[in-house]
Amino acid sequence: MIRLHEVTRVYATGETAVHALAGVSLEIGRGEFVAIMGQSGSGKSTLMNIIGLLDRPSSGEYGFGGRDVAQLSEDARARLRGSAFGFVFQSYNLLARMTALEQVELPLIYQGAPDRKRRAAEALVRVGLQDRITHLPTELSGGEQQRVAIARSLVVNPLVLLADEPTGALDTATGHELMTLFSELVEQQGLTVVLVTHEAEVAAYAKRTVRMRDGRIIEDSGSPVTAAAAGGPAP
Amino acid sequence: MSPLDAFRIALRAIFANRLRSALTSLGLVIGVSSVIVLIAVGQGTQRGVTDQIRGLGTDLIFIESSAAATTSQTGGLGGLAQSTLVQGDAIAIADDAIPGVVSVAAQIAVDAQAVAGSNNVGAEIVGTSSTYAEVRDLGIGSGTFITPLHDEDGSLVAALGARVADTLYPGLDPVGQEVRLSFAGGRITFPFIVVGVLDEQGGASEANDQVFVPLSGVAGRLRFLYTPTGDLRVTQIDIQTASGADEQRVKDEVSELLLFLHETPEPDFVIQSQDDLISAATEVSNTLSILLGSIAGISLLVGGIGVMNIMLVSVTERTREIGIRRAVGATAGDIVKQFVTEALTLSLFGGVVGIAIGIGASLAVDGRELGGQEMTTLIQPWSIAMAFLVAAGVGFASGSYPAYRATTVDPIAALRNE
Ligand SMILES: Nc1ncnc2c1ncn2[C@@H]1O[C@H](COP(=O)(O)OP(=O)(O)O)[C@@H](O)[C@H]1O
Ligand SMILES: [Mg+2]
Repeated sequence: MIRLHEVTRVYATGETAVHALAGVSLEIGRGEFVAIMGQSGSGKSTLMNIIGLLDRPSSGEYGFGGRDVAQLSEDARARLRGSAFGFVFQSYNLLARMTALEQVELPLIYQGAPDRKRRAAEALVRVGLQDRITHLPTELSGGEQQRVAIARSLVVNPLVLLADEPTGALDTATGHELMTLFSELVEQQGLTVVLVTHEAEVAAYAKRTVRMRDGRIIEDSGSPVTAAAAGGPAP
Repeated sequence: MSPLDAFRIALRAIFANRLRSALTSLGLVIGVSSVIVLIAVGQGTQRGVTDQIRGLGTDLIFIESSAAATTSQTGGLGGLAQSTLVQGDAIAIADDAIPGVVSVAAQIAVDAQAVAGSNNVGAEIVGTSSTYAEVRDLGIGSGTFITPLHDEDGSLVAALGARVADTLYPGLDPVGQEVRLSFAGGRITFPFIVVGVLDEQGGASEANDQVFVPLSGVAGRLRFLYTPTGDLRVTQIDIQTASGADEQRVKDEVSELLLFLHETPEPDFVIQSQDDLISAATEVSNTLSILLGSIAGISLLVGGIGVMNIMLVSVTERTREIGIRRAVGATAGDIVKQFVTEALTLSLFGGVVGIAIGIGASLAVDGRELGGQEMTTLIQPWSIAMAFLVAAGVGFASGSYPAYRATTVDPIAALRNE
């Protein structure tokens, strides 16, 4: 479903060019749970942003669901981003002064979707926050805030969940609860999860681990489970 | 994103910063309300002046001496002594059978003090003839106006304007009473017998504060008003024309006649119809309206700059929010819509409050005395529509650039873990 071929991302910072990605080829199939590991600055976040259509490769090819998404217009990318991808960040990235329900409704507003309140409430139930629907971010624990962020990314029924160090700001126990939730989403609902983490314990929940260094993949624990389907037609 | 959603998001942002939003729209409130008030004052003043001119009568043409026209405002006898107009001119115009001329009245207007018993009041003394009441459409409340008989015998009688009568004879019928008129700071005083009181005239009429006496009667006692050739100097000659008469033709023929009588190639008099006076006054007040409107317009501009400034600050403060919205699927267009809607909502809120205050203030000052002058305001629907449209335009213009800036926010940088 995700197919990167020789993707580079070069930042021109003053005199020198930083090769955040120096030729990455990667295929991820539907329903996979992939952990990406690597030192800080190895290009993990850059890779996630390119997969999630927040960023464009400097060169190389990116096919998503069989479509060449590198050529899409900005608006088309925004719409595809809103409907096919969900993002979860280390710092939750919730909006201030909005209740949990409103946070989760947000992606539906941009889709122009009907039935927003009900769908948002359902997404909160899926992450176990049925009792926190009217809470503001300041009234929630870190783990709860991260669950709101996950509900927000799940509400559009995305194909891929991109989680960039989601447990980075959480204690170990809460981190494990979160990973259990991810595993359930993959196993029970067929969601594709790409997870960036430093922690081996967290990465252990994933079925496949990809290691990066200096903008390259140096190790990949497994080829896609559904490699045959990779790059096939979008469901 | 639907416009309703955009509006909801805008309201949230506006209410999240109540004080700042209120202060921002205050600029527009002031701008919009001053546009409405100043235009209402300008138009009201114009209406007042126009009414005053109309209140003089209908289809009138006024002739004044060029020399006296500048000095008659002082109301003194000195100005009158320089007048080149004489009573003979009025008689000649009446006798010339110019088509369209209905009646002619010459007059002397002098400021004087009217005294009755222990009461006294400053009034304009109008020395004229019996035809004046007809020329000026003056109704008589009690007694009579000056009669043709008074014109003939030069008797010292007076018809009082309604306010003069009220002041001098509160609660009494003045007819038959004596009123003393004193000119030139009290140096010359004559007793007059009141023969009549005028009806209270419409609001803007000056006749309420005037006293009417036979020209012949005053002239007989103020010999210096006569020219060396024995003709009586007058301040003004009024001509009543038939309704529908060609006023321009009447003016031309009267002018020709006066040039002949005065034996001068260049006019030493000014002839103006009521319409001439009204268009002159309208021109002045239109200029005034444009000036006042421009000043108000500048405050609208300043208000708009305030909105733009705050929107720019708001975009800078909310880069993280913009990043989040982009990450969950907002297009650049959605972001533009959000910030333009916010600026528009702020501006239109200011506009609507400004319109309410503008209308309220215009109504509040209407009819009030201000510096001895009664204010008249006339709220113009077009000024309200214009103020509203300008507020909308300001909101749109001042929201557009900040909104564009918002789309240049890099979501990756905005979302980066800190
Ligand atoms: N906007 C940017 N401008 C310049 N260099 C950048 C920018 N973003 C990231 N980089 C560089 O690219 C490299 C990879 O960054 P990143 O993908 O964030 O690493 P990771 O997430 O693995 O820690 C780093 O060396 C970083 O300094
Ligand atoms: Mg990173």
